[in-house]
Amino acid sequence: MTEVGRNVTKIDAFKLARGEPVFTDDVHPVGMLWAKVLGSPHAHARIVSVDATRALALPGVVDVAWHAQVKAIPHTRAGQSHPEPSPWDTVIMPEKARFIGDRVAVVVAEDLATAEKALGLIDVQYEVLPALTDMDEAHRRTDVLIHEVPDPRGIAEGGRSNVAARIDKQVGDVDAALKTCDHVVERTYWLPRVQASHIEPHVAISWLDEDGRLVVRTSTQVPFHLRRILARILEMKEADIRVIKPRVGGGFGDKQEMVMEDLVALMTLRTRRPVRLEFTRTEELICARVRHPQRIVMTTGVMNDGTIIANRMQVTADTGAYGSHALTVQGNTGQKVLPMYPCANIHFQVTCLYTNNPISGAFRGYGAPQGCFALECHIDEVAKVIGMDRLELRRKNHIRLGDTDPLSAKLGEGKEGLVRVIRSTGLEKAIELGCEAIGWGRKRPPSAPHLKRGLGMALAMQGSGIAGVDWGAATVKLNEDGSVNLAVGATDIGQGSDTVLAQICAQELGIRYEDVRVLSSDTDLTPFDVGAYASSTTYVSGGAVLKAARLVREQLAAMAAERWKCAVEEVRFGAGLVNAGPDRTMTVAELASHALYHVKVQPMATASHMSNESPPPFAAQFADVEVDPQTGEVFLRRFASAVDLGTPIHPDLAEGQIEGAVAQAIGYALFEEVIVDAGGRVRNPNFLDYKIASALDMPEMITILVPTQEPSGPFGAKAAGEVPIDGPAPAIVNAICDAVGVRAYRIPVTPERVWRQIKEAGE
Amino acid sequence: MKIDVRLNGRDTAWEAPAGATLLAVLRDGGPNPARMISVKRGCETGDCGACTVLLDGQPVNSCVVAAGRAHGHEVTTLEGLAADPLMISLQKALVDHAGVQCGYCSPGMLISLYHLLRECRAAGVRPDDHAIREALSGNLCRCTGYVKPVAAAAAVAAALEAVQAAAPGKGTVAS
Ligand code: FES
Ligand code: FES
Repeated sequence: MTEVGRNVTKIDAFKLARGEPVFTDDVHPVGMLWAKVLGSPHAHARIVSVDATRALALPGVVDVAWHAQVKAIPHTRAGQSHPEPSPWDTVIMPEKARFIGDRVAVVVAEDLATAEKALGLIDVQYEVLPALTDMDEAHRRTDVLIHEVPDPRGIAEGGRSNVAARIDKQVGDVDAALKTCDHVVERTYWLPRVQASHIEPHVAISWLDEDGRLVVRTSTQVPFHLRRILARILEMKEADIRVIKPRVGGGFGDKQEMVMEDLVALMTLRTRRPVRLEFTRTEELICARVRHPQRIVMTTGVMNDGTIIANRMQVTADTGAYGSHALTVQGNTGQKVLPMYPCANIHFQVTCLYTNNPISGAFRGYGAPQGCFALECHIDEVAKVIGMDRLELRRKNHIRLGDTDPLSAKLGEGKEGLVRVIRSTGLEKAIELGCEAIGWGRKRPPSAPHLKRGLGMALAMQGSGIAGVDWGAATVKLNEDGSVNLAVGATDIGQGSDTVLAQICAQELGIRYEDVRVLSSDTDLTPFDVGAYASSTTYVSGGAVLKAARLVREQLAAMAAERWKCAVEEVRFGAGLVNAGPDRTMTVAELASHALYHVKVQPMATASHMSNESPPPFAAQFADVEVDPQTGEVFLRRFASAVDLGTPIHPDLAEGQIEGAVAQAIGYALFEEVIVDAGGRVRNPNFLDYKIASALDMPEMITILVPTQEPSGPFGAKAAGEVPIDGPAPAIVNAICDAVGVRAYRIPVTPERVWRQIKEAGE
Repeated sequence: MKIDVRLNGRDTAWEAPAGATLLAVLRDGGPNPARMISVKRGCETGDCGACTVLLDGQPVNSCVVAAGRAHGHEVTTLEGLAADPLMISLQKALVDHAGVQCGYCSPGMLISLYHLLRECRAAGVRPDDHAIREALSGNLCRCTGYVKPVAAAAAVAAALEAVQAAAPGKGTVAS
């Protein structure tokens, strides 16, 4: 192995570090118009009339559009594979606003200031409706319906209630099993609304090319899904739409959604001019997507010796105004989490409600951070109840090599899925190495006498793509000098997938990574890929690259065998050379040149890859905290992650995935929360009040890769992107509990909450 | 409003609407032809550092500085430091340490680190981990968790110290 496993220079790193024009907004087409969206000031209101006369009279304003002028074709903006598991509850311009910030009108003008000014000149009459911002109230009330759509495709109860999605799946019989257990432990956990907060906002620019085709250059994770959705709702042919994904400044799931591309496309089609729309940070925090807030009730039946007999997880979730990912995020909350402790009786229930709150959607981890928080806090609680060491309880029950995961078959991606068998796991090793790194069982003394110290841990697992659903394709083309052009639909959004895919390609062809150039995500030029989500790129798209490279290698081997008059099996590749025995050697470049000018054939192949498996990567994560009981302040001193992601194709980038995920999860645990008041208004829509981790908020970080060989993955690889975001919040909360003896059932664990709990416990 | 500014070492005349921010003039261009696209827009409230530039050598968040403030002053963006040896070594270190993920925060981070290391070089001190984190604390990065960018800066700081140790007195006098 030379190219795989090597810390090569990330393929786009220098141009990014030089600040070159590589992002969507860095290049503006000539004659571009600037768009702004008028958002609803009401959480729930019928838009009775819109009068844009005054706005259109403002010099520089070119066009204004609202629901009366735009054909209402129901769809979902979730950005998923066809057939979409999310309800079709959305139209481009709604006639009813369902949250504060919902689209009322869109303006395009010659410059941004004029577009902004025009928003204030649009006269709108609203019929204000009662707003439901509490998910339990939304559940109870059927007199107020947030979606009374004529075609309620995919909505759980057909628009007769505010339930957007329901799940009720059981393996075994939990009620019966609980009666036989020595202990039954039930606790309730609350998870907040947080936002992905990629530093590059959502931004899209569209124009018509010289053939009148629609081009959309956008900061997206899903160019091909986007093209499909746009074609349907704009009533165009897919071939007449080109979606280009340039460099993307972070996505984390939030850019899986079609947050704005339909608007720029609409306005380009109306004006025949280029249109640009970019969200402000305030719009990001109100109108993009948030992680679903949830309440989770965990009920666990356990024997005195620590054997878990039954596990029940009941989730109530708030999907906000639209049902983007309502079914599948909540499905993941159980599916990606409960298999950690296999037992004969598992019950998983979800009720996901529409409310008039901001829209929940995809965010790295996709439901698993919520479920993992509940389960891993709960395991500590169970250990306490039965008087068993919390590490021992985990070791006794966690999933092992060869175990099956019956829940995955029951759930799948919103429908019955495939049975999962664990064919690689480094979990035991990860626990061992993580314990060693953090000094488990050897708690350090507090750094000052007034502080209390504690250690906490959590285990996590995720998936590698969606089994039987996610797929991607790649095209490998060999040039006459031995260099390769690799075209992939897979979407590099900063995580480094172009680099990793180039390494896989080079490894298989026996050439150097430096000789591979990658073109990623242009629906005109690259083959299909579902896009960057569900931790799929290395595992699924990497599989496609591997197959395409193998096909090219076979073409080359045949040509070499023909030339040398030897058997194809004798031809070997490696270190840029092709040979068949000592005196028959040439470079890949010589063979390529031979192919193009002698044989007159282009060595080239396109391959598609889908996996019926979704092997889980595993993580064991550990927190070392100090707490000031007087103030409730929590100081996270050290954080260790030991992660089995199969073969790390690029160890530094894999570490970077872990470190970045941990940073986001530290915010989830300690300070991030999009605060929405009872009227549905976001109270903190800026980076001063919605705080994400800065360099000073980070603890000492210990990151350990635990390599395993996953038989179904390219060169043994699994996924890296999501699993490390699951464990930090419960590990930190478990550590706080270890330090001060009180448990937070709700995150973020702000100083005030800790202080209050300590005070209440003392009374 | 007409603004005379020394932008990346060149005398430049800007035309800007009253109230325009330095970020808007640098990045969006408007009537001014050259867009300095290394200057990124992340929040426009002075909280993320994506728009960091040097104003008379001091790092500022250009989104909360009025363009008029630059009249008669010197503005330096990453583009203006393309040939600067310290900036080049910082860029290389950031790349070599895999400190660039999406790279949207990178130009702002690099400007902040450049300022720190120049000050430290002038003072003849080597910034420790905490000083590097302080310097980066206004540059939000959602991808890296800051581990690798901090390591990259520490590596450049160590290299600078080694150079200074080899040539004592050199670089410690200037300020
Ligand atoms: S855009 Fe200026 S600090 Fe964020
Ligand atoms: S590398 Fe993406 S925000 Fe820093």
